[in-house]
Amino acid sequence: MQLNFLTAHKLKKMLEKREVCASDIAASIQESCEKLQPKINAYINFDKSILQKQAEEIECYIAAGGKLHDFTAIPVAVKDNICTHGIKTTCASKILADYVPVYDATVIKKLQEHKYVLAGKANMDEFAMGSSNENSAFGPVKNPLDLQMVPGGSSGGPAAAVCAGMAICALGSDTGGSIRQPASLCGIVGLKPTYGLVSRYGLISFASSLDQVGPITRDVTDSANLLSAISGWDQCDSTSINTGKVSYKDFLVDDIKGLNIGVPKQLMAEGVDSQVADSVNNALEMAQHLGANIEQISLPSLEYALSVFYVIAPSEASSNLSKFDGVRYGYRNMQASTLHQMYRQTRAQGFGPEVKRRIMIGTYCLSSGYYDAYYEKAQRVRTLIINDFKKAFEKYDVLISPTSPTTAFKIGEKTGDPLSMYLSDICTIPVNLAGLPAISIPCGLSSENLPIGLQIIAGTLREDLIFKTAYSLEKAIGFNKFPLHLYE
Amino acid sequence: MNKYMNNNTGEMAKYEAVIGLETHVELSTNTKMFCGCALSFGAEPNTRTCPVCLGLPGTLPVINSKAVQFAIKTALALNCSINKSSIFHRKNYFYADMPKNYQISQYNRPLASNGFLDVDMGSYVRRVGITRVHMEEDTGKLIHTGSSGRISESDASIVDYNRAGTPLIEIVTEPDIRTPAEAKEYLIALRNIILYLDVSDCSMEQGSLRCDANISLKPAGAKSMGTKTEIKNLNSFRFIQRGLEYEYKRQAGLLEEGKKVLQQTRHYDHLTDTTSALRLKEEAHDYRYFPDPDLVPLIMDKDAVQDIKREIPELPGEKIKRYLEVFGLPDETARLIASDKDTAQYFDRCANILGPGKLKAAANWITGDFAAYLNKESLKIKQSGISAESLCSLIEMIEGGRISSKIAKSVFEEMAQSKKEPQDIIMEHNLEQVSDEGELSKIIDEVIAANDEVVQQVKDGKDKAIGFLIGQVMAKTKGKANPALVNGIMSKKLKK
Amino acid sequence: MKIISLEQASHVAKLAELELSSDELDKITSQLDDILGHVAKINEADTEGVRPTSHTLDTNNVLREDTVKDSLSQEDALKNAPQQSGGGFLVPKID
Ligand SMILES: [Zn+2]
Repeated sequence: MQLNFLTAHKLKKMLEKREVCASDIAASIQESCEKLQPKINAYINFDKSILQKQAEEIECYIAAGGKLHDFTAIPVAVKDNICTHGIKTTCASKILADYVPVYDATVIKKLQEHKYVLAGKANMDEFAMGSSNENSAFGPVKNPLDLQMVPGGSSGGPAAAVCAGMAICALGSDTGGSIRQPASLCGIVGLKPTYGLVSRYGLISFASSLDQVGPITRDVTDSANLLSAISGWDQCDSTSINTGKVSYKDFLVDDIKGLNIGVPKQLMAEGVDSQVADSVNNALEMAQHLGANIEQISLPSLEYALSVFYVIAPSEASSNLSKFDGVRYGYRNMQASTLHQMYRQTRAQGFGPEVKRRIMIGTYCLSSGYYDAYYEKAQRVRTLIINDFKKAFEKYDVLISPTSPTTAFKIGEKTGDPLSMYLSDICTIPVNLAGLPAISIPCGLSSENLPIGLQIIAGTLREDLIFKTAYSLEKAIGFNKFPLHLYE
Repeated sequence: MNKYMNNNTGEMAKYEAVIGLETHVELSTNTKMFCGCALSFGAEPNTRTCPVCLGLPGTLPVINSKAVQFAIKTALALNCSINKSSIFHRKNYFYADMPKNYQISQYNRPLASNGFLDVDMGSYVRRVGITRVHMEEDTGKLIHTGSSGRISESDASIVDYNRAGTPLIEIVTEPDIRTPAEAKEYLIALRNIILYLDVSDCSMEQGSLRCDANISLKPAGAKSMGTKTEIKNLNSFRFIQRGLEYEYKRQAGLLEEGKKVLQQTRHYDHLTDTTSALRLKEEAHDYRYFPDPDLVPLIMDKDAVQDIKREIPELPGEKIKRYLEVFGLPDETARLIASDKDTAQYFDRCANILGPGKLKAAANWITGDFAAYLNKESLKIKQSGISAESLCSLIEMIEGGRISSKIAKSVFEEMAQSKKEPQDIIMEHNLEQVSDEGELSKIIDEVIAANDEVVQQVKDGKDKAIGFLIGQVMAKTKGKANPALVNGIMSKKLKK
Repeated sequence: MKIISLEQASHVAKLAELELSSDELDKITSQLDDILGHVAKINEADTEGVRPTSHTLDTNNVLREDTVKDSLSQEDALKNAPQQSGGGFLVPKID
């Protein structure tokens, strides 16, 4: 097997035994990137000289007896909404096309402590708004398993990079499913941690009360290790939780005997493709064989989740994105002769259509006379959703559903109809509204050979149950699909 | 004063003013409201900024605990109740001095509400209700290019974000103020309290205390409210009174002519001493307030509030009361001393050293010669170089009869100049009062012997002539003789 | 029934400082109308006596010490400025 398709934990063992060195890994990633970037467009910013330079520095570090951490020498793709000091961070937007941050995001600082390698800044939907990665000012990302198909979004670039062997693992961000849905569509593992577990400092905000950074990896073990690396309390983020140091790999136990699994019927409703439902049901049967108890349950308020999300997320976004005005950084329309004219033209030209649409919805929902009916009402319904989950977790350890109602769809298929695109996140959105942790793992292939993902949801800070369940199911399912054809 | 003005001097006023004030105070914390940048005044542009206060993408605010303490302290001093739970909202509007195009502020769940401030108007006390005290962040500063520096005449502006994120408290009053003079006195009293609390330098010139007013008029005695205007840029005690007086006159004039007062925001121009309407924006303000999702609520438990309450020093009102009731100072003296925190602290230290018998002497010095000296030299009491201890030893010497009050004045002058202790000055110049009866008796005998004529006059009943003889004794002792003692001995000797 | 009129959408665009051509405005208004129509579903939920949730954490009083940290250099502060002058961010005539 090529190095670029190995997991970080496997590579760590090889590094320990000196079977590979940092430069070998970097070279393997570089080779695949050079070959596949033109086809897949997973990166916005990929610089092979930086890759080599980092690898050389790490070789020196290792040669000098430096400790091998879980991600030492591991090339990680970083979604381009996570700030990297001195390296362009664009949010896939024209408005930030040349923006170079003067500081590192907390998650980047944490990976630097591991002596990781930044593989590149990965493509995404502009400002993380989208479910297909077609809303990028730098062109769409293709699904490595089928180049006609979308990779999902908004972390389409990170997911495609990991899937195609253009990175060993990746950091994405998830506001309504942006890690889990593309992981599902690309046949890999994506985790959205409990809200507050990973610092948001340096993540360019979409919707502050929903955003979380999380790992996109080839397997559950890497997911647990990457979460251990990036999580933890951050004094720069008032919404970060102090859990103390947790080693999530300790929860990778192949035993779900007696585990109580609930299957919310609202997440298996009409709109879920039958092949997807069958595949998830198969996995549930396996879980039952392994000794878990499976029951269908109802969380009635979930039917409002999509509506609640499309009030709260755009409202927060409309305010978060006000700062992009052409004054301090980013694109500016130079023809405008007055300040407000400059604002209007800069933002009109700098933002893409989906971003403008969401700014419009959000501005409307917060505006005088509509706030109570939209924003505040949505916040109240959000409470109902949280309460439904709380009640479910009194009885069940985890909930299982499909990650996405369908497998990867064709590029261009949904671009004309925003609402149908929004429906792609119907299974993932409730989790963000409740701030819960959830993982997507691959559970099978459709008749078109496209991967199907299964979502495991747990209660607040119950990542332990997520990893235990995901690890056990991963073993039972034995999913194994690499886009090796791309290399032929 | 124009004919409509309600000046509380008995003149019939046709219209009564209804005035409310909004005061912004920059807190003197070490760092900004939501980041670790040092506060700055006069620093090079954009040298006190960081990713957070520049509003760079991806940054998040974290609340400064000291700013919260300062705000609570102020609210408590204004008799407010501290709300158990308060949250920060975002106030959304686009402007170049706003790094994020929203200001983090408090909206419907402020830190504190329902207080009051009693404003002493001499002949009466106006209780001004405090609606709310809330926290927010300051904006940056715009520098308009072009020679005039005026916004309307420049083609471009430069933004300096050094001030952006400076912690502010906003203090909003009820519309309880009835005259421009009351507005001015309210602001003076408010400033004094804040200075006592040591939470802001309250410099109106540097903009750390800023005031906007709203004013409406109604026929005297009427219940219904008139249309109000908001007046900006009232940034000195004088301007607040002048601006409101102008606006009173203007509104009264309109009402007299049967015209309507328009609801407007008006700008006070101190050069012309008038107010003028600000150009109306095409879009009426719609700030789209919503709870800032980057911050979590502030929950104030009773113990924490009590702890802060204990740190509040004796405030001006309480001080005046104590000076009057416990110390028995004259009303004017008490107010004068309490009107400046440092002076009051200085006086309190003196009172402590001197005890009840002599503290009035300290009050007289502090409001008399000492104040005159500070005034002449444009110094603050802290900068005088004369410690309370030094002043007290000077007072002890006068009271103990060691020096005369006349000599004391020159000793004080030298203390101020040389910063020497009074004891040393007296020793150096041999200024101690002569109270030795034997020594004085000898000098008096000499004077009597040398002035036969005058002595005879005294003996003939011309009592006034004794003054000349005493003057001779004082001259011989260079003013150091204890005058009372000289008088006593002299009288005795001449009556023989 | 239309939820949002063209005039309202135009007002919202002004609040959001977005210049939209009349074609764009037409299109976005009808899309907004669709989305708001879907979103109106929240009105079916009974939220009598239910408190609004701003975020899912139950933490409060996250405060920092009043300790000075290094600021950026002027050069770094202005690094990404589209236009600058005299150490400040240059903006067009303020209207
Ligand atoms: Zn700062």
